[in-house]
Amino acid sequence: MKQARVACFGGIHDAWEVEGKLQLRDGRIVDSDAVIWLPPVEAGTIFALGLNYADHASEISFKAPDEPLVFIKGPNSLLGHNGQTRRPSGVETMHYECELAVIIGKEARNIKQAEAYEYVAGYTVANDYAIRDYLENYYRPNLAVKNRDTLTPIGPYVVDKESIPNPMNLFLRTYVNGELKQEGSTKDMVFDIPYLIEYLSSFMTLHENDVILTGTPKGTVNVREGDEVVTEIEGIGALRNTIVGDHVFNR
Amino acid sequence: MYQGKARVCGSSNTENIRMNDSQIIWNGKRYKDDEISWQSPVTGTVYGTIFNFKEQLDAMNSKFKQEPYQAEPNRPILYVKPRNTINAHLHEVQLPSDVKEVQINATLGIVIGRNATNISEQEALNYVEGYTVVNDVTVPHDNFYRPNIKNKVRDGFCPVGPWIMEKREVPNPEQLMVWTFINDELVQVQNLNDLVRPIPKLLADVTEFMTLFKGDMLLVGVPHNPPTATAGDTVRIEIDQIGCLENTFVADVGGGRL
Repeated sequence: MKQARVACFGGIHDAWEVEGKLQLRDGRIVDSDAVIWLPPVEAGTIFALGLNYADHASEISFKAPDEPLVFIKGPNSLLGHNGQTRRPSGVETMHYECELAVIIGKEARNIKQAEAYEYVAGYTVANDYAIRDYLENYYRPNLAVKNRDTLTPIGPYVVDKESIPNPMNLFLRTYVNGELKQEGSTKDMVFDIPYLIEYLSSFMTLHENDVILTGTPKGTVNVREGDEVVTEIEGIGALRNTIVGDHVFNR
Repeated sequence: MYQGKARVCGSSNTENIRMNDSQIIWNGKRYKDDEISWQSPVTGTVYGTIFNFKEQLDAMNSKFKQEPYQAEPNRPILYVKPRNTINAHLHEVQLPSDVKEVQINATLGIVIGRNATNISEQEALNYVEGYTVVNDVTVPHDNFYRPNIKNKVRDGFCPVGPWIMEKREVPNPEQLMVWTFINDELVQVQNLNDLVRPIPKLLADVTEFMTLFKGDMLLVGVPHNPPTATAGDTVRIEIDQIGCLENTFVADVGGGRL
Protein backbone atom coordinates (compact mmCIF):
# COMPACT_ATOMS: atom_id res chain seq x y z
CA MET A 1 0.00 0.00 0.00
CA LYS A 2 1.31 3.43 -0.96
CA GLN A 3 -0.05 6.44 0.91
CA ALA A 4 0.46 10.10 0.05
CA ARG A 5 -0.70 13.52 1.17
CA VAL A 6 -1.72 15.76 -1.70
CA ALA A 7 -3.46 19.05 -2.38
CA CYS A 8 -6.19 19.07 -5.05
CA PHE A 9 -9.81 20.15 -5.55
CA GLY A 10 -9.24 22.98 -3.06
CA GLY A 11 -8.23 20.80 -0.14
CA ILE A 12 -5.53 18.65 1.42
CA HIS A 13 -6.14 14.91 1.23
CA ASP A 14 -4.76 11.54 2.18
CA ALA A 15 -4.46 9.53 -1.01
CA TRP A 16 -3.55 6.00 -2.04
CA GLU A 17 -2.05 4.73 -5.25
CA VAL A 18 -4.57 2.73 -7.26
CA GLU A 19 -3.60 1.48 -10.72
CA GLY A 20 -1.21 4.34 -11.40
CA LYS A 21 -3.63 7.00 -10.18
CA LEU A 22 -4.45 8.41 -6.77
CA GLN A 23 -7.62 7.68 -4.85
CA LEU A 24 -8.58 10.16 -2.16
CA ARG A 25 -10.12 9.16 1.16
CA ASP A 26 -13.45 10.53 -0.12
CA GLY A 27 -13.39 8.14 -3.10
CA ARG A 28 -12.41 10.56 -5.87
CA ILE A 29 -9.74 9.42 -8.30
CA VAL A 30 -7.23 11.88 -9.67
CA ASP A 31 -4.22 11.74 -11.98
CA SER A 32 -0.94 11.84 -10.11
CA ASP A 33 0.28 14.78 -12.22
CA ALA A 34 -2.82 16.81 -11.34
CA VAL A 35 -2.02 17.17 -7.64
CA ILE A 36 0.46 19.06 -5.50
CA TRP A 37 2.43 16.49 -3.54
CA LEU A 38 3.05 17.25 0.13
CA PRO A 39 5.47 15.42 2.41
CA PRO A 40 3.68 12.08 2.91
CA VAL A 41 4.05 12.19 6.67
CA GLU A 42 3.51 15.01 9.17
CA ALA A 43 6.88 14.38 10.70
CA GLY A 44 7.64 14.50 14.40
CA THR A 45 11.32 14.30 15.25
CA ILE A 46 13.46 13.94 12.12
CA PHE A 47 16.72 12.08 12.64
CA ALA A 48 19.40 12.00 9.98
CA LEU A 49 22.49 9.83 9.78
CA GLY A 50 25.89 11.06 8.79
CA LEU A 51 28.40 8.73 7.13
CA ASN A 52 26.20 5.65 7.33
CA TYR A 53 27.58 4.08 4.16
CA ALA A 54 31.27 3.26 4.34
CA ASP A 55 31.84 4.15 0.67
CA HIS A 56 30.36 7.66 1.11
CA ALA A 57 32.40 8.19 4.28
CA SER A 58 35.62 7.54 2.38
CA GLU A 59 34.39 9.74 -0.48
CA ILE A 60 34.26 12.78 1.80
CA SER A 61 37.40 11.67 3.65
CA PHE A 62 36.04 10.26 6.85
CA LYS A 63 36.37 6.80 8.20
CA ALA A 64 33.13 5.04 9.06
CA PRO A 65 32.08 5.79 12.64
CA ASP A 66 31.99 3.36 15.59
CA GLU A 67 28.65 4.71 16.77
CA PRO A 68 25.85 6.18 14.63
CA LEU A 69 26.39 9.88 13.86
CA VAL A 70 22.93 11.29 14.34
CA PHE A 71 21.72 14.83 13.90
CA ILE A 72 18.20 16.24 14.12
CA LYS A 73 16.38 18.38 11.59
CA GLY A 74 13.32 20.59 11.78
CA PRO A 75 10.08 20.23 9.79
CA ASN A 76 10.82 23.49 7.94
CA SER A 77 13.28 21.62 5.72
CA LEU A 78 10.70 19.18 4.31
CA LEU A 79 9.23 19.42 0.84
CA GLY A 80 7.01 17.11 -1.23
CA HIS A 81 7.53 15.33 -4.55
CA ASN A 82 7.93 17.60 -7.60
CA GLY A 83 8.98 20.52 -5.39
CA GLN A 84 11.54 23.27 -5.86
CA THR A 85 14.68 23.47 -3.77
CA ARG A 86 16.52 26.76 -3.42
CA ARG A 87 20.20 27.00 -4.27
CA PRO A 88 21.41 30.32 -2.87
CA SER A 89 23.46 32.39 -5.26
CA GLY A 90 27.20 32.27 -4.76
CA VAL A 91 27.14 28.72 -3.45
CA GLU A 92 29.84 26.41 -4.82
CA THR A 93 28.95 22.95 -3.52
CA MET A 94 25.43 21.66 -3.12
CA HIS A 95 24.89 17.94 -3.32
CA TYR A 96 21.91 15.60 -3.14
CA GLU A 97 21.79 12.58 -0.84
CA CYS A 98 19.40 9.77 -1.75
CA GLU A 99 18.26 8.17 1.51
CA LEU A 100 15.84 5.54 2.71
CA ALA A 101 13.50 7.17 5.23
CA VAL A 102 12.01 5.00 7.97
CA ILE A 103 8.68 6.11 9.45
CA ILE A 104 8.13 5.08 13.06
CA GLY A 105 4.69 3.57 13.68
CA LYS A 106 4.28 3.65 17.45
CA GLU A 107 5.94 4.71 20.68
CA ALA A 108 9.24 2.92 21.14
CA ARG A 109 11.56 2.83 24.16
CA ASN A 110 14.34 0.31 24.89
CA ILE A 111 13.54 -1.77 21.82
CA LYS A 112 15.80 -4.65 20.87
CA GLN A 113 16.90 -5.25 17.28
CA ALA A 114 14.89 -8.47 17.03
CA GLU A 115 11.60 -6.62 17.57
CA ALA A 116 12.56 -3.33 15.89
CA TYR A 117 10.43 -3.77 12.74
CA GLU A 118 7.30 -3.97 14.90
CA TYR A 119 7.81 -0.26 15.48
CA VAL A 120 8.15 0.68 11.80
CA ALA A 121 5.09 1.94 9.90
CA GLY A 122 6.70 2.15 6.48
CA TYR A 123 9.29 3.73 4.25
CA THR A 124 9.71 6.59 1.87
CA VAL A 125 12.47 8.29 -0.12
CA ALA A 126 14.27 11.40 1.06
CA ASN A 127 16.80 13.63 -0.63
CA ASP A 128 18.80 15.12 2.22
CA TYR A 129 20.56 17.91 0.31
CA ALA A 130 23.60 19.59 1.86
CA ILE A 131 25.19 22.93 1.05
CA ARG A 132 28.77 22.44 2.06
CA ASP A 133 29.73 26.11 1.70
CA TYR A 134 27.94 26.71 5.01
CA LEU A 135 29.78 23.97 6.89
CA GLU A 136 31.23 25.10 10.20
CA ASN A 137 33.01 22.85 12.66
CA TYR A 138 30.43 23.22 15.40
CA TYR A 139 27.53 20.83 15.96
CA ARG A 140 28.33 19.29 12.58
CA PRO A 141 26.61 19.17 10.28
CA ASN A 142 25.37 22.56 11.46
CA LEU A 143 21.79 23.46 10.63
CA ALA A 144 22.80 26.08 8.06
CA VAL A 145 24.14 23.19 5.93
CA LYS A 146 21.26 20.77 6.36
CA ASN A 147 18.19 22.43 7.80
CA ARG A 148 17.48 25.17 5.30
CA ASP A 149 13.95 25.60 4.02
CA THR A 150 13.21 23.31 1.01
CA LEU A 151 16.40 21.31 1.50
CA THR A 152 14.81 17.95 2.27
CA PRO A 153 12.38 16.63 -0.36
CA ILE A 154 10.56 13.52 0.89
CA GLY A 155 8.08 11.17 -0.75
CA PRO A 156 6.21 10.63 -3.00
CA TYR A 157 4.55 7.96 -0.86
CA VAL A 158 4.92 6.12 2.38
CA VAL A 159 5.02 2.45 1.46
CA ASP A 160 3.79 0.26 4.30
CA LYS A 161 6.37 -2.09 5.76
CA GLU A 162 4.41 -5.21 4.76
CA SER A 163 5.10 -4.34 1.11
CA ILE A 164 8.87 -4.26 1.72
CA PRO A 165 9.90 -7.60 3.21
CA ASN A 166 13.62 -6.73 3.26
CA PRO A 167 14.42 -3.02 3.39
CA MET A 168 18.08 -3.86 3.88
CA ASN A 169 18.55 -4.98 0.28
CA LEU A 170 17.21 -2.20 -1.95
CA PHE A 171 18.92 -0.31 -4.75
CA LEU A 172 19.23 3.46 -4.39
CA ARG A 173 19.80 5.56 -7.49
CA THR A 174 20.03 9.26 -8.19
CA TYR A 175 19.57 10.75 -11.64
CA VAL A 176 20.51 14.33 -12.50
CA ASN A 177 18.79 15.50 -15.69
CA GLY A 178 18.10 11.87 -16.51
CA GLU A 179 21.69 10.72 -16.10
CA LEU A 180 22.53 8.13 -13.43
CA LYS A 181 24.94 9.73 -10.94
CA GLN A 182 24.62 7.77 -7.71
CA GLU A 183 24.06 4.10 -7.15
CA GLY A 184 24.18 1.98 -4.04
CA SER A 185 22.33 -0.55 -1.96
CA THR A 186 20.83 -0.33 1.50
CA LYS A 187 22.68 -3.56 2.29
CA ASP A 188 25.83 -1.44 2.60
CA MET A 189 24.59 0.64 5.52
CA VAL A 190 27.07 0.71 8.41
CA PHE A 191 24.24 0.67 10.96
CA ASP A 192 21.07 -1.01 9.69
CA ILE A 193 17.47 -0.16 10.55
CA PRO A 194 17.09 -2.55 13.53
CA TYR A 195 20.39 -1.29 14.93
CA LEU A 196 19.32 2.35 14.60
CA ILE A 197 15.97 1.74 16.30
CA GLU A 198 17.63 -0.10 19.16
CA TYR A 199 20.28 2.61 19.43
CA LEU A 200 17.94 5.63 19.42
CA SER A 201 15.30 4.03 21.64
CA SER A 202 18.00 3.06 24.16
CA PHE A 203 18.30 6.69 25.27
CA MET A 204 15.09 8.38 24.15
CA THR A 205 11.46 7.63 23.37
CA LEU A 206 10.54 7.47 19.69
CA HIS A 207 7.00 8.41 18.69
CA GLU A 208 4.63 7.71 15.82
CA ASN A 209 5.66 9.67 12.70
CA ASP A 210 9.21 10.23 13.83
CA VAL A 211 11.40 9.79 10.77
CA ILE A 212 14.89 8.33 10.42
CA LEU A 213 16.87 9.32 7.32
CA THR A 214 19.36 6.49 7.12
CA GLY A 215 22.25 8.05 5.22
CA THR A 216 23.50 8.03 1.64
CA PRO A 217 25.95 5.91 -0.40
CA LYS A 218 28.78 7.30 -2.50
CA GLY A 219 28.20 9.24 -5.67
CA THR A 220 27.21 12.68 -4.48
CA VAL A 221 28.04 15.39 -6.99
CA ASN A 222 27.40 19.08 -7.25
CA VAL A 223 24.02 20.17 -8.64
CA ARG A 224 23.10 23.51 -10.19
CA GLU A 225 20.17 25.77 -10.79
CA GLY A 226 17.80 24.21 -13.31
CA ASP A 227 18.85 20.63 -12.60
CA GLU A 228 16.18 18.00 -12.19
CA VAL A 229 17.19 15.54 -9.49
CA VAL A 230 15.39 12.21 -9.10
CA THR A 231 16.22 10.07 -6.09
CA GLU A 232 14.83 6.56 -6.39
CA ILE A 233 14.71 3.54 -4.13
CA GLU A 234 13.71 0.12 -5.41
CA GLY A 235 10.13 -0.72 -4.45
CA ILE A 236 9.61 2.57 -2.60
CA GLY A 237 9.41 5.25 -5.27
CA ALA A 238 11.10 7.95 -7.31
CA LEU A 239 11.22 11.43 -5.80
CA ARG A 240 11.61 14.30 -8.25
CA ASN A 241 12.95 17.73 -7.38
CA THR A 242 14.10 20.80 -9.26
CA ILE A 243 16.89 23.17 -8.20
CA VAL A 244 15.95 26.84 -8.50
CA GLY A 245 17.85 30.06 -7.92
CA ASP A 246 17.37 32.97 -5.59
CA HIS A 247 15.43 34.98 -8.18
CA VAL A 248 12.50 32.53 -7.84
CA PHE A 249 12.37 33.53 -4.16
CA ASN A 250 12.80 37.23 -4.92
CA ARG A 251 16.07 37.19 -3.01
CA MET B 1 -1.81 41.28 36.85
CA TYR B 2 0.20 40.11 33.84
CA GLN B 3 -1.20 38.45 30.74
CA GLY B 4 0.14 35.11 29.58
CA LYS B 5 -0.65 31.81 27.90
CA ALA B 6 -0.43 28.36 29.43
CA ARG B 7 -1.46 24.78 28.93
CA VAL B 8 -3.05 23.38 32.05
CA CYS B 9 -4.74 20.15 33.11
CA GLY B 10 -4.63 18.26 29.83
CA SER B 11 -5.66 21.04 27.46
CA SER B 12 -4.17 20.63 24.00
CA ASN B 13 -4.13 24.35 23.18
CA THR B 14 -2.75 27.22 25.17
CA GLU B 15 -5.26 29.28 27.11
CA ASN B 16 -5.13 32.82 28.39
CA ILE B 17 -4.18 33.24 32.02
CA ARG B 18 -3.46 36.23 34.24
CA MET B 19 -1.00 36.08 37.06
CA ASN B 20 0.93 38.01 39.68
CA ASP B 21 3.43 36.98 42.34
CA SER B 22 0.94 35.03 44.41
CA GLN B 23 -1.82 33.70 42.20
CA ILE B 24 -2.94 32.65 38.75
CA ILE B 25 -6.35 33.40 37.28
CA TRP B 26 -7.55 30.83 34.76
CA ASN B 27 -11.09 30.50 33.50
CA GLY B 28 -12.33 33.02 36.08
CA LYS B 29 -10.95 31.13 39.08
CA ARG B 30 -7.94 31.82 41.29
CA TYR B 31 -5.21 29.23 41.80
CA LYS B 32 -1.90 28.95 43.53
CA ASP B 33 1.07 27.85 41.43
CA ASP B 34 1.13 24.30 42.76
CA GLU B 35 -2.61 23.78 42.38
CA ILE B 36 -2.26 23.67 38.61
CA SER B 37 -1.11 20.65 36.59
CA TRP B 38 1.22 22.50 34.23
CA GLN B 39 2.13 21.32 30.78
CA SER B 40 4.68 22.88 28.47
CA PRO B 41 3.14 26.01 26.94
CA VAL B 42 5.24 25.37 23.83
CA THR B 43 4.35 22.56 21.43
CA GLY B 44 6.30 23.51 18.29
CA THR B 45 9.89 22.73 17.41
CA VAL B 46 12.46 23.90 19.96
CA TYR B 47 15.82 25.16 18.68
CA GLY B 48 18.72 25.95 20.98
CA THR B 49 21.63 28.31 20.24
CA ILE B 50 25.21 27.97 21.44
CA PHE B 51 27.91 30.61 21.72
CA ASN B 52 25.39 33.42 22.09
CA PHE B 53 26.55 34.69 25.45
CA LYS B 54 29.72 36.76 25.17
CA GLU B 55 31.19 35.22 28.29
CA GLN B 56 30.97 31.74 26.72
CA LEU B 57 32.28 33.00 23.38
CA ASP B 58 35.24 34.76 25.03
CA ALA B 59 36.08 31.68 27.08
CA MET B 60 36.20 29.57 23.90
CA ASN B 61 38.14 32.14 21.94
CA SER B 62 41.55 30.51 22.25
CA LYS B 63 40.14 27.16 21.08
CA PHE B 64 38.32 28.43 18.01
CA LYS B 65 41.46 28.69 15.90
CA GLN B 66 42.64 25.21 16.86
CA GLU B 67 41.65 21.74 15.68
CA PRO B 68 39.01 20.59 15.17
CA TYR B 69 37.28 23.98 14.95
CA GLN B 70 39.76 25.93 12.79
CA ALA B 71 37.68 29.11 12.67
CA GLU B 72 35.33 31.14 14.79
CA PRO B 73 31.63 30.39 14.44
CA ASN B 74 30.03 32.55 11.79
CA ARG B 75 26.29 31.84 11.51
CA PRO B 76 24.20 31.00 14.57
CA ILE B 77 25.04 27.47 15.72
CA LEU B 78 21.78 25.72 16.52
CA TYR B 79 20.52 22.36 17.74
CA VAL B 80 17.11 20.78 18.19
CA LYS B 81 15.53 19.76 21.49
CA PRO B 82 13.12 17.12 20.12
CA ARG B 83 9.58 16.59 21.34
CA ASN B 84 10.42 13.74 23.73
CA THR B 85 12.54 16.17 25.77
CA ILE B 86 9.75 18.65 26.46
CA ASN B 87 8.88 18.79 30.15
CA ALA B 88 6.89 21.17 32.34
CA HIS B 89 6.93 23.23 35.50
CA LEU B 90 6.81 21.21 38.74
CA HIS B 91 7.27 17.90 36.88
CA GLU B 92 10.18 15.60 37.66
CA VAL B 93 13.20 15.27 35.43
CA GLN B 94 14.41 11.67 35.39
CA LEU B 95 18.13 11.06 35.19
CA PRO B 96 18.81 7.89 33.18
CA SER B 97 20.97 5.27 34.88
CA ASP B 98 24.04 6.19 32.80
CA VAL B 99 23.81 9.89 33.76
CA LYS B 100 24.94 10.90 37.23
CA GLU B 101 24.86 14.67 36.84
CA VAL B 102 23.55 17.17 34.33
CA GLN B 103 24.22 20.76 33.40
CA ILE B 104 21.47 23.23 34.21
CA ASN B 105 21.38 25.54 31.22
CA ALA B 106 19.01 28.26 32.31
CA THR B 107 17.85 30.39 29.43
CA LEU B 108 15.19 32.53 27.85
CA GLY B 109 12.90 30.99 25.22
CA ILE B 110 11.56 33.21 22.45
CA VAL B 111 8.15 31.87 21.44
CA ILE B 112 7.25 32.57 17.82
CA GLY B 113 3.84 34.12 17.15
CA ARG B 114 3.75 34.22 13.33
CA ASN B 115 5.53 32.18 10.68
CA ALA B 116 8.86 33.92 10.19
CA THR B 117 10.93 33.55 6.99
CA ASN B 118 13.86 35.82 6.17
CA ILE B 119 12.68 38.61 8.45
CA SER B 120 14.66 41.76 9.13
CA GLU B 121 16.02 42.85 12.48
CA GLN B 122 13.72 45.86 12.44
CA GLU B 123 10.53 43.79 12.13
CA ALA B 124 11.72 40.75 14.11
CA LEU B 125 9.81 41.44 17.31
CA ASN B 126 6.54 41.54 15.35
CA TYR B 127 6.97 37.77 14.99
CA VAL B 128 7.36 37.11 18.72
CA GLU B 129 4.43 35.87 20.78
CA GLY B 130 6.19 36.10 24.11
CA TYR B 131 8.87 34.64 26.33
CA THR B 132 9.23 31.73 28.68
CA VAL B 133 11.78 30.12 30.98
CA VAL B 134 13.69 27.06 29.75
CA ASN B 135 16.12 24.63 31.30
CA ASP B 136 18.17 23.00 28.53
CA VAL B 137 19.25 20.02 30.63
CA THR B 138 22.45 18.62 29.15
CA VAL B 139 24.87 15.81 29.91
CA PRO B 140 28.23 17.56 30.45
CA HIS B 141 30.53 17.41 27.43
CA ASP B 142 33.27 19.68 26.12
CA ASN B 143 33.33 18.77 22.45
CA PHE B 144 31.36 21.13 20.23
CA TYR B 145 32.54 19.62 16.95
CA ARG B 146 30.04 16.82 16.57
CA PRO B 147 28.54 16.29 20.01
CA ASN B 148 26.51 13.14 20.44
CA ILE B 149 22.78 13.96 20.50
CA LYS B 150 22.59 11.76 23.62
CA ASN B 151 23.83 14.79 25.56
CA LYS B 152 20.73 16.82 24.74
CA VAL B 153 17.83 14.55 23.81
CA ARG B 154 16.95 12.39 26.81
CA ASP B 155 13.27 12.17 27.70
CA GLY B 156 12.20 15.14 29.80
CA PHE B 157 15.46 17.08 29.36
CA CYS B 158 13.78 20.35 28.40
CA PRO B 159 11.56 21.82 31.10
CA VAL B 160 9.62 24.83 29.76
CA GLY B 161 7.27 27.23 31.50
CA PRO B 162 5.27 27.71 33.52
CA TRP B 163 3.71 29.99 30.91
CA ILE B 164 4.38 32.20 27.94
CA MET B 165 4.57 35.78 29.16
CA GLU B 166 3.09 37.95 26.44
CA LYS B 167 5.55 40.17 24.66
CA ARG B 168 3.82 43.42 25.64
CA GLU B 169 4.51 42.61 29.32
CA VAL B 170 8.25 42.39 28.62
CA PRO B 171 9.33 45.57 26.84
CA ASN B 172 13.08 45.06 27.34
CA PRO B 173 13.93 41.36 27.61
CA GLU B 174 17.65 42.06 27.19
CA GLN B 175 17.71 43.98 30.46
CA LEU B 176 16.54 41.00 32.48
CA MET B 177 18.48 38.63 34.70
CA VAL B 178 18.27 34.83 34.83
CA TRP B 179 18.64 33.45 38.35
CA THR B 180 19.37 29.76 38.94
CA PHE B 181 18.83 28.20 42.35
CA ILE B 182 19.66 24.64 43.33
CA ASN B 183 18.02 23.57 46.58
CA ASP B 184 17.25 27.24 47.25
CA GLU B 185 20.89 28.30 46.92
CA LEU B 186 21.63 30.88 44.23
CA VAL B 187 24.24 29.23 41.98
CA GLN B 188 24.25 31.32 38.81
CA VAL B 189 23.20 34.73 37.59
CA GLN B 190 23.12 35.42 33.88
CA ASN B 191 22.51 38.85 32.47
CA LEU B 192 20.55 38.83 29.20
CA ASN B 193 22.39 41.97 28.09
CA ASP B 194 25.39 39.72 27.39
CA LEU B 195 24.00 38.33 24.13
CA VAL B 196 26.34 38.17 21.14
CA ARG B 197 23.31 38.43 18.86
CA PRO B 198 20.51 40.35 20.55
CA ILE B 199 17.03 38.87 20.03
CA PRO B 200 16.12 40.76 16.80
CA LYS B 201 19.51 39.99 15.24
CA LEU B 202 19.28 36.33 16.25
CA LEU B 203 15.81 35.99 14.73
CA ALA B 204 16.93 37.67 11.51
CA ASP B 205 20.06 35.53 11.14
CA VAL B 206 18.22 32.26 11.86
CA THR B 207 15.21 32.94 9.62
CA GLU B 208 17.56 33.91 6.80
CA PHE B 209 17.95 30.17 6.19
CA MET B 210 15.14 28.45 8.07
CA THR B 211 11.53 29.31 8.78
CA LEU B 212 10.45 29.53 12.39
CA PHE B 213 6.77 28.60 12.53
CA LYS B 214 4.12 29.96 14.86
CA GLY B 215 4.51 27.99 18.07
CA ASP B 216 8.20 27.19 17.59
CA MET B 217 10.68 28.35 20.20
CA LEU B 218 14.25 29.62 19.87
CA LEU B 219 16.48 29.62 22.96
CA VAL B 220 18.70 32.70 23.14
CA GLY B 221 21.80 30.81 24.28
CA VAL B 222 23.28 28.70 27.02
CA PRO B 223 25.31 30.29 29.80
CA HIS B 224 29.03 29.80 30.33
CA ASN B 225 30.00 27.29 33.03
CA PRO B 226 26.50 26.13 33.92
CA PRO B 227 25.97 24.57 37.35
CA THR B 228 25.27 20.86 37.64
CA ALA B 229 22.51 19.00 39.40
CA THR B 230 22.02 15.41 40.42
CA ALA B 231 19.21 13.17 41.65
CA GLY B 232 17.46 14.70 44.65
CA ASP B 233 18.14 18.30 43.65
CA THR B 234 15.41 20.85 43.10
CA VAL B 235 16.25 23.43 40.47
CA ARG B 236 14.47 26.77 40.22
CA ILE B 237 15.10 29.19 37.40
CA GLU B 238 13.70 32.68 37.63
CA ILE B 239 13.72 35.28 34.93
CA ASP B 240 12.65 38.76 35.97
CA GLN B 241 9.20 39.67 34.61
CA ILE B 242 8.81 36.27 32.92
CA GLY B 243 8.34 33.56 35.51
CA CYS B 244 9.82 30.88 37.68
CA LEU B 245 10.40 27.31 36.47
CA GLU B 246 10.95 24.62 39.10
CA ASN B 247 11.81 20.94 38.66
CA THR B 248 13.06 18.17 40.89
CA PHE B 249 15.61 15.73 39.51
CA VAL B 250 15.16 12.06 40.32
CA ALA B 251 16.97 8.85 39.40
CA ASP B 252 15.19 6.80 36.76
CA VAL B 253 14.23 3.60 38.50
CA GLY B 254 12.26 1.93 35.75
CA GLY B 255 14.48 1.78 32.67
CA GLY B 256 12.12 3.62 30.37
CA ARG B 257 8.52 4.64 30.22
CA LEU B 258 6.99 1.59 28.60
